Amino acid sequence: MRDDYEVAVVGGGLLGSAIAWGLGRLGQRVCVLDEGDVTKRASRANFALVWVQSKGLGLPEYTKWTVRASDTWSTFAGDLREQTGLDVSFQRNGGFHLALGDKELEQREVLLKRLHNQPGSADYGMQILDRAQVARMLPHIGPEVSGGSFCPLDGHVNSLRTFRALHTGLAMFGVDYLPEHPVSSIAYAGGEFRLATAKREIRAAKIVLAAGNANERLAPMVGLEAQMGPTRGQIVVTERTQPFLPHPITTVRQTDEGTVMVGDSKEDLLDDAVLNPSITSVMADRAQRMFPLLGRLNVVRTWSGIRVMPKDGFPIYDHSTTCPGAFVACCHSGVTLASNHAYEIAPMVAAGALEAAKVGAFSARRFHGSAVSTSGYY
Amino acid sequence: MFKRSDDDARAPVEIFVDGVSVRARAGDTVSAALLASGLDARRATAVSGAPRLPYCMMGVCFDCLVTIDGVGNRQGCLVPVSPGMKIEVQKGKREIGR
Repeated sequence: MRDDYEVAVVGGGLLGSAIAWGLGRLGQRVCVLDEGDVTKRASRANFALVWVQSKGLGLPEYTKWTVRASDTWSTFAGDLREQTGLDVSFQRNGGFHLALGDKELEQREVLLKRLHNQPGSADYGMQILDRAQVARMLPHIGPEVSGGSFCPLDGHVNSLRTFRALHTGLAMFGVDYLPEHPVSSIAYAGGEFRLATAKREIRAAKIVLAAGNANERLAPMVGLEAQMGPTRGQIVVTERTQPFLPHPITTVRQTDEGTVMVGDSKEDLLDDAVLNPSITSVMADRAQRMFPLLGRLNVVRTWSGIRVMPKDGFPIYDHSTTCPGAFVACCHSGVTLASNHAYEIAPMVAAGALEAAKVGAFSARRFHGSAVSTSGYY
Repeated sequence: MFKRSDDDARAPVEIFVDGVSVRARAGDTVSAALLASGLDARRATAVSGAPRLPYCMMGVCFDCLVTIDGVGNRQGCLVPVSPGMKIEVQKGKREIGR
């Protein structure tokens, strides 16, 4: 019997959408199986940075993969705009990590040295700037800012509009987006995948598991693995204000429409329906010490979200040896890596094999070796 | 567009709207005073710049946002006028630090 689809992508978040969009662009017959609106939509709680600096300690290939994504993001944004008319407001004029006090700046310098000393890393131009240098580029910093690190490749984007553009694009490519289709089990027989969903069985010649943290449950069904270690983050959003922050900061950024987002907490509690004000108040306090003028703005929203997070912080891309045609893809940086997922991973899936030279280092087999540890830097 | 009731005997209060002296009445909210002033009090929204006037007058719709005594994004419908108050019709986003 003829397959329903050439590729079934399991997961309609940012990562699954980007891969499906890339496949649709290649003319593949694709469906996206998504859950419903009541499920945890991890990728939608992102901070919308397209971020390079400080990534890759412990896995040098990740620096190259990240720089590649950063370098093609403007093409990606341009293609989305040309296809859908939606401007995702991609900005890449460099980003900062700011230090409060001398000790934090020293820690940043140590991290930069360790990255520099790691063989095989891409040089992404991250540098330490003193307070005066930072002040020239960010005139509103407060007196406690001792300096920071700057990377010219860093940027940010309107991620919700990116998500909308991808889904608009999927429809235009003829990709079937199927919500309320959670996958309960996957069988492989005769070179074909049969996915049992809440609605009906879907048949596909290939599948891409892009279900975020749920990949851990799905991957073993097709001879794959995905070791996940999700964390929770909280975000504080202010009312809109005139542009005052010309560069994104790791924990503070001003969106294209004027709101200021404050983020970057990392918590073990995995309930995204509650907030922890003692943590958000620390986040808001630090942001206000970086930019004292923020203190006059009203907070209009706070929320918490669950991070998709492979156990060591680095992406997982793998191809099943026992069920050829089954791929798994998951990562923390679904926004930053969206261009790679569209332009690199999708063609590999269409061709039926991952390219070892580009993504071989990201196989989940790395978890079998004793050498792998969690670096904490992603 | 709006006309004061002839029976309204409340005391006058002088406020300034973009530097222009306006006679409000004690107990007016800023939004009510703006609507009664006869001036063009349309603000511009933060993203698209669309023109808006106070709408719900009870603190819900946020279409009355206005700069009051140098503080942006105040809800004019929730703030009573006071003598000498300086109102600026807010065009677009609030300025940082105001």
